[in-house]
Order: sequence, then C-alpha cells, then structure tokens
Amino acid sequence: MATADDLKFQEFDDAANLLAANPDATTISIDEPVEIPKNQHSHRQEPGREEDDELLGTDDSDKTELLAGQKKSAPFWTFDYYQTFFDVDTYQVLDRIKGSVFPVPGKNFVRLYIRSNPDLYGPFWICATLVFTIAVSGNLSNFFIHLGKPTYRYVPEFRKVSIAATTIYAYAWLVPLALWGFLMWRNSKVMNIVSYSFLEIVCVYGYSLFIYIPTAILWIIPQKVVRWVLVVFSLCVSGSVLVMTFWPAVRDDNRRIAVATVATVLLLHALLAVGCLAYFFDAPELDIPAPIIPAHNGTTVITKSH
Amino acid sequence: MAAAEGSGAGGSLFPGLADVSISQDIPVEGEITVPVGSHSPDEDYSTLDEPVKDTIMRDLKAVGKKFVHVMYPRKSSALLRDWDLWGPLVLCVSLALMLQGGSADSKDDGGPQFAEVFVIIWFGAVVITLNSKLLGGTISFFQSLCVLGYCVMPLTVAMLVCRLVLLAGAGTVSFIIRLIVVGAMFAWSTLASTAFLADSQPPNRKALVVYPIFLFYFVISWMILTFTPQ
Repeated sequence: MATADDLKFQEFDDAANLLAANPDATTISIDEPVEIPKNQHSHRQEPGREEDDELLGTDDSDKTELLAGQKKSAPFWTFDYYQTFFDVDTYQVLDRIKGSVFPVPGKNFVRLYIRSNPDLYGPFWICATLVFTIAVSGNLSNFFIHLGKPTYRYVPEFRKVSIAATTIYAYAWLVPLALWGFLMWRNSKVMNIVSYSFLEIVCVYGYSLFIYIPTAILWIIPQKVVRWVLVVFSLCVSGSVLVMTFWPAVRDDNRRIAVATVATVLLLHALLAVGCLAYFFDAPELDIPAPIIPAHNGTTVITKSH
Repeated sequence: MAAAEGSGAGGSLFPGLADVSISQDIPVEGEITVPVGSHSPDEDYSTLDEPVKDTIMRDLKAVGKKFVHVMYPRKSSALLRDWDLWGPLVLCVSLALMLQGGSADSKDDGGPQFAEVFVIIWFGAVVITLNSKLLGGTISFFQSLCVLGYCVMPLTVAMLVCRLVLLAGAGTVSFIIRLIVVGAMFAWSTLASTAFLADSQPPNRKALVVYPIFLFYFVISWMILTFTPQ
C-alpha cells in the first residue's frame, strides 16, 4: 500500500548532482534528430555537403550529415520546414546584396555570405522586383522614345509583365536546377572539393540578379551606347559573382569541361540581359534632324459624283 | 474555503512553507457552480428572430468602421481582431471594374483585364501574408489579408479621381494631377498597412516585411496611373 510520502510530488536534483552522487548510473541523452534519410525524395533536402578537405576528408561523412540535419530537420510537408529558408534578418539580406554588387575578387559569395544559411527571401523578392522594374522601365522608355510622334498612342503593355515574370522566374529556378544536376553528376565521377546544395545555387543566382534592377532603371535613357555600356558593366559584376562561385566547384574537373561549364553560365546570363533589353525596350531613334520630306498638304481633291 | 494562514499552518505537512506569510487582507472567494445552460438558447433565439435589416446593418457597420480606421490609421486592434473579407472584396471588384475599358489597339497591348487585376490583388496579398508568416510574424493569415485588402481603399479612391479627371481631358495637366493624387494615395496605403502590420513582426525583420507591401501597392498604383481610356 502506498504511503503518503509516495504520493507526494518529489523534486529531482539536476543531472549533474545526481551523477556526482552515483557515477555509475546509466545515462541517456536525447538530442535533436540528426539522421537524414539517404534516399532524398525531395530535391530540396541537402545532399551530403562537403567542406574543404582540411576539415573532413571524404564524401558523405557523418559530420556533414549531422550539420546539415540539424539545420533542417522538419519534414517537408510542415510549415516549419519552409520557415527555415526564411531565417534571415534585414542586415543579413542587405549584406548579401552588397556582396553581390561589390564582388571581392577571390572571395566566394557562398562561402562568405551564405555560409550554410541559404534563404529564399532574397531570390524570390529580387526576381519579383526585377520583373516589375523591367516591365515598368520598358513601358516608360517606350513612352519617352515615341513621345513626339503624332501617330503614337500610349499603351500600358500589361501583357509584358507576365512574359517578364515567366522568363525571369524560369531563369532563376531552372538554370540553377540544371547546374546543380550537372555538378552532382560530375561529383559522382570526379572528386570535387567544393560542392553546393541546390538552395545555395538558387541563392547565388537570385542575389546576382540584383544588379540588373538599377540597370533596368537606367535603361530608360534612350541612348544605344549608354545601354550597351550598362549591359557590359552589369554582366561583368554579376558574372564575376557567378564565376567566383562556380570556378572552385569545377576546377578539379577535366579542363575543357570546367571551362565549358563556366562559359555556359556566363552565356546564359548574358542572354538574359540582352534578351530583356531587346524585347522590352524599343530601339531608340537615332538623333537625326527633322527629316526633309516634301511637304504634302494632306488635302485631297474629292470628286463628287452626281 | 478559508484564507490560508501562513504562520499557523506550518508543521510537518509543509515544512518548506513554514516561513511563508500571506497578508490577511486578500480575500479568497468565489463560487463553484456549474453554469446552467439556460442562457444560450436565449441568445440564439434573439439573433435568429431579429429583423434581417439588423443583421445586415451590423455587418455593414463593422465594414464601415474598418473603412474609417483605414482613413485615419491609428494603432487600433479593431481591424485586426474582427477581420472580415467583405471590404476587400468590394474594393477589389470596384477597382478591377474601373480599370476596364483601357485603351487597346490590339488586345495584347492594353491595360490589365478584370481577371488580371483580381488575381494580382488577391495573389499578391496571399504571397505577402505567407512571406510575413514565414519570416516569423505572429499575425494570422486572414487578419493580414483583411488589412492588406482594406488598405487598397485609398487607391480605389485615387482610381475614381483619375477617371473623373480623365473625363475632363487627357493632357499634361491632367497627368500631373493624376500623378500627385496616385502618389499621395500610394503613400497613404503603404503607411496605413504598415501601421497595422508592423507590430506583429519580429523586430529585426520589419524592413523585410514592409518592402513587399511597398512593391504590392506600387504595382497597383502603376496600373492606376497608366490607365488610359479609349
């Protein structure tokens, strides 16, 4: 029969004191779940990431699994899983943007700024801003170019917004997917020291598109030379961010494949810039003096038939 | 039950509490009764039997009160607590209707169609709400939709003014008037919604939450400003 003492709530000393009293007692510690299933059913979960080889030697070491697992341990159908991709503060986003606009030669954007905390806020909203900036600037620039003409009626060209959105979001998500797949495939053939997760690649691409926002605004200026100088400049800046990120990931590979990969990345980037310029911004008229056309009166002789 | 008397109750049963003293002028009282369920049928009875006009007027008054809150944005929680989506629906539909009839030489070059405006407003509001929740905001989904929808009201007023100004003519002067009106209403919308939503956001991420709201109202303002009648 239980005594009154047994039914009372009893305080337990904390673990250190108990263990000091009885050092041989068995202990169990419960940590955060560290296992990720090896078979990835969602391409968003991180594959075994590799750090530089001075830290860890081989593929798939337990430590990388651990580090990756502790970060994103919620199953992908819960809201909390997606919340881990938005775990950034204002100053972090601003730092990443600054890093993409002022690339430091030799410093890797991912290593320096992202550092295993890739976010989806930056890529998503930078792309959204870019879509609307290109559509609005294109519209404004066309308006100013055609302003004086008598036959011109202003049209808002709203369809172009959806075209811009499709293009830019497809670029910012499908190209990283293809690049990630390609890097994973090469990883299985050649041991690479550096490899990136899909989200980190999306992050780099998203932030590297930021420089196009002020470029698109400046494209309103209707001078061909100015526009092309801007294209080259922004391509250099964002291209260098991409090159400095991806060169370490392919440099151990076959020389030709490495160069071809980086060249393709740059080519697609250039294609995006030039394509947007050509489609959304009409060619500025050359500054010629008023054309000398024989002046028609515009009156015609109407013959009445009766 | 009698009030606990500290010094007298010490003893073997509660050794640790022997030196706790509770002042004697805090009465502990209450009643333990099970509320009889006779109240609820009365309440149901009363709202079921009230005239339809009363029911409708109650909801209309709630919507109207929220419009007033948007016009004079003070930090009140009435907008947040009793959310409803009637106001946003009315505003969105009227804005989309007023944006109809934009000029189009070909169908492709004209202004946004009704469905496009509708989708932009609702999809944009949903995306912004998801964004603020993912960043750690504590506001509920529908409350945020409610606030964003109601704060479209200044822009709807701007659209009305623009259409009236365009009736008078479409020259430079009218453009400048429209620009000023739309700009002012855009600032008003953004400030009003920020005033309501800012408190529920984590402190180091306020700018991250406010920026998409700014973009949202900017896009709507752009659609209003570039509206040209046929």
